[in-house]
Amino acid sequence: MKSLAELKAIRDRMQGEVNMREDDSSNHIRVVVGMATCGIASGARPVLNKLAEDVQAKHLDNVIVTQTGCIGLCQYEPIVEVYEPGKEKVTYIKMTPEKADEVVEQHLIRGQVLGKYTLSATNL
Amino acid sequence: MMPEIALNVLDIAQNSVRAEASLIQISVDVDKAADKLTIIIEDNGCGMTAEQTDRVTDPFFTTRTTRKIGLGVPFFKMAAESTGGSFSIQSEPGVGTKVTAVFGLSHIDRMPLGDMNGTIYTLITFNTQIDFLYTYTFDQRSFTLDTREFKNILEGVPLNNPEVSEYIRQFLNENSHEVDGGAVV
Repeated sequence: MKSLAELKAIRDRMQGEVNMREDDSSNHIRVVVGMATCGIASGARPVLNKLAEDVQAKHLDNVIVTQTGCIGLCQYEPIVEVYEPGKEKVTYIKMTPEKADEVVEQHLIRGQVLGKYTLSATNL
Repeated sequence: MMPEIALNVLDIAQNSVRAEASLIQISVDVDKAADKLTIIIEDNGCGMTAEQTDRVTDPFFTTRTTRKIGLGVPFFKMAAESTGGSFSIQSEPGVGTKVTAVFGLSHIDRMPLGDMNGTIYTLITFNTQIDFLYTYTFDQRSFTLDTREFKNILEGVPLNNPEVSEYIRQFLNENSHEVDGGAVV
């Protein structure tokens, strides 16, 4: 069994750093993944985990990855919405962990919206 | 339909999150001798009235206003019952809800358990305000993950801290492997 002593060691290492990132969240980019029945059934869990992993791995401290319920466009799930302060919401549809990688790289880091994956690129 | 049981568990547990539970208990019990796979999801959230509890397995019932259907619970019920198993919901307003699904383990129509650790990991790291008690049992051997225990040790370091969440992922993977020897359920 994995020991709890390891967790204690992580705590001791982290406690110094924890409170440094308490800055205001008004400038943060919010990345929201639909995690209702429709989203989960079409593969939202790996997309959500991939986004969170990438954001942590690349130290994107200004990005918050969260989940929400049914967005009302079940046929386009998994859906990822990106809310950037002062900009229009971007809705990515039919997402996969691979596309999530691209969104992190191009949109969240470089600020380039990946038009080909967005809802507005679809014929509704 | 969900492709794996673990996704049903994630979906049902989201209902507990919405019910504003402070503790969600999830238990997965694989019992080869009895040829059963039993899943229990229990929360201390807002609960449902007797009328709501009766109707929640009806796909055309939902308390939500975004659409007129609610498929999460019916999916889970159908998945269990189609394997010769059983399904039940007990709920009381102000007390909480308990969902129990029993699957026929070797039944041809039973979908795979799937990535249960991924489900628990997602629930814990995206709902750090809620406590989770997860028990995985495989032929009487079991392990437990209690986030209350983790939080006591962590003294304020959040569960979604990258190193802590990586520890949680490893804790789940290593301990479940120790319990089931890497069996594909």
